[in-house]
Amino acid sequence: MKRFHALMCAVVLAAVAGPAGSADIPLDQRRSGYADLGRDTKAMQDDDTSNPASLGVQDGEALWSQKAGTAGKACAECHGDAAASMKGVAARYPAFSPARKGPIDLEQRINLCRTENQKAEPLAFESRELLALTAYIGRQSRGMPIVQSDARLTSAIDAGRKLFTQRIGQISLSCAQCHDDNWGKQLASSLVPQGHPTGYPIYRLEWQSLGSLQRRLRNCMIGMRAEPYAYGAPESVELELYLMWRARGLTVETPGVRP
Amino acid sequence: MTARAAMGVLLASLAGGAGYADELLPYRIEGNAVPVSLTGKPGDAARGRTIVTNRTLGLCLLCHSGPFPEERFQGNLAPDMRGAGTRWSTGELRLRMVDSHRLNPDTIMPAYYMIDGLNLVAPAFRGKPLLTAEQIEDVVAFLATLRD
Ligand code: HEC
Ligand code: HEC
Ligand code: HEC
Repeated sequence: MKRFHALMCAVVLAAVAGPAGSADIPLDQRRSGYADLGRDTKAMQDDDTSNPASLGVQDGEALWSQKAGTAGKACAECHGDAAASMKGVAARYPAFSPARKGPIDLEQRINLCRTENQKAEPLAFESRELLALTAYIGRQSRGMPIVQSDARLTSAIDAGRKLFTQRIGQISLSCAQCHDDNWGKQLASSLVPQGHPTGYPIYRLEWQSLGSLQRRLRNCMIGMRAEPYAYGAPESVELELYLMWRARGLTVETPGVRP
Repeated sequence: MTARAAMGVLLASLAGGAGYADELLPYRIEGNAVPVSLTGKPGDAARGRTIVTNRTLGLCLLCHSGPFPEERFQGNLAPDMRGAGTRWSTGELRLRMVDSHRLNPDTIMPAYYMIDGLNLVAPAFRGKPLLTAEQIEDVVAFLATLRD
């Protein structure tokens, strides 16, 4: 019966979601959303003094050496200089967590250190502190290539691809139908980007604030009139992981600026 | 169990299971067309135009462009609407609106009068088609006027 159920689920998914018929973007044709920014927005991202996300990075730097939790330890006490210890870390997240036997994203990894090493409350998703620490750690990988090559994550990447290519929402579109099949075209006033997560957390001009990759994905899902996955849900992390795998080799831009 | 048998079970369960399917008016497909008005009445082309240009209701101009000089930022993911009424019969336009997926399973154009088989629909939109039968007829009436 279990087998039968699994088969039914597979068939139902295939029939309901339908194959969207999308093909991967050839590796050498991939481009970051940065490439399509206007000159002013590019300049804003490029120059730390004009990048509005720099405030968040500075915030994160301060938090890095602040004691927290009942253990009374700062991140810096265990990790030292982030410029050395955190270099390249954000470029390979989400990463495999042996404890969870699956991928965790950078925000979840930071919160693991909060709860297990600092004995502090986890930080809320999209809180100023969590965005700041994520931006600060992300900044240490700026200019480095995104790496996703951990064989233990293959099945999670596949799960992420399924989420990316299934039709969802009242509008019944898949992420791939816009970002693989129709990038470069105009969706009314917005240019459809390839959807690479190269700059997160980003300062989004529409938000007038720093925001995470998961927040950005929620925006697309709400546009599709779909119910967004919860922050930190396995589906959210699998999508993030698939996006990072899809962007492997592209350069980390954190903190990015986007329209 | 073969895949085909499973499909049969699935179709039966979809047809029987979705209680709100009853809310949609039944329609008949003939070839590539739905020849008869969903409401039994002709639509209103002027109202259809306001639906087509409304970006949160019709959504059409996110993807399409058309003869709407007052509308800035029209999309280019889809063909221009000019001449749609010459290229297609009213019944063909109606099927395109009701269930575009039947014409092209891979299309990005939403099926505007379909509530079954959708996945992860946000609660506010569950069990509701994108447009009502009246609105579909208004849009079809408007599209039929696009001749050149
Ligand atoms: C008591 C020591 C301690 C404290 C305090 C601490 N961490 Fe950690 N952190 C660790 C250990 C141990 C690891 C696991 C290393 C491993 O498993 O490879 C780790 C791993 C990490 C990683 C993943 C590194 C990688 O290579 O994947 C990040 C990111 C991180 N910590 C961030 C933080 C942040 C941010 C803080 C402060 C909010 C913090 N840590 C506080 C001990 C600590
Ligand atoms: C109808 C087309 C459409 C669909 C479907 C869609 N998106 Fe998007 N997406 C966009 C547009 C347009 C933007 C850019 C918005 C802007 O510039 O204001 C965007 C932006 C993004 C970005 C940000 C890229 C960057 O440069 O920072 C990511 C990541 C993304 N989408 C992922 C997804 C995922 C994952 C899904 C499916 C859950 C999805 N999108 C579904 C149109 C779409
Ligand atoms: C998400 C994008 C999208 C939206 C929204 C959309 N369409 Fe389409 N439409 C398409 C695409 C793409 C085609 C091309 C044929 C195909 O893929 O099935 C198409 C085809 C058509 C055609 C036939 C093309 C022709 O030869 O004239 C008509 C008519 C049409 N759409 C009308 C509408 C109307 C009216 C609306 C709004 C109520 C609308 N569409 C909304 C994407 C869209």
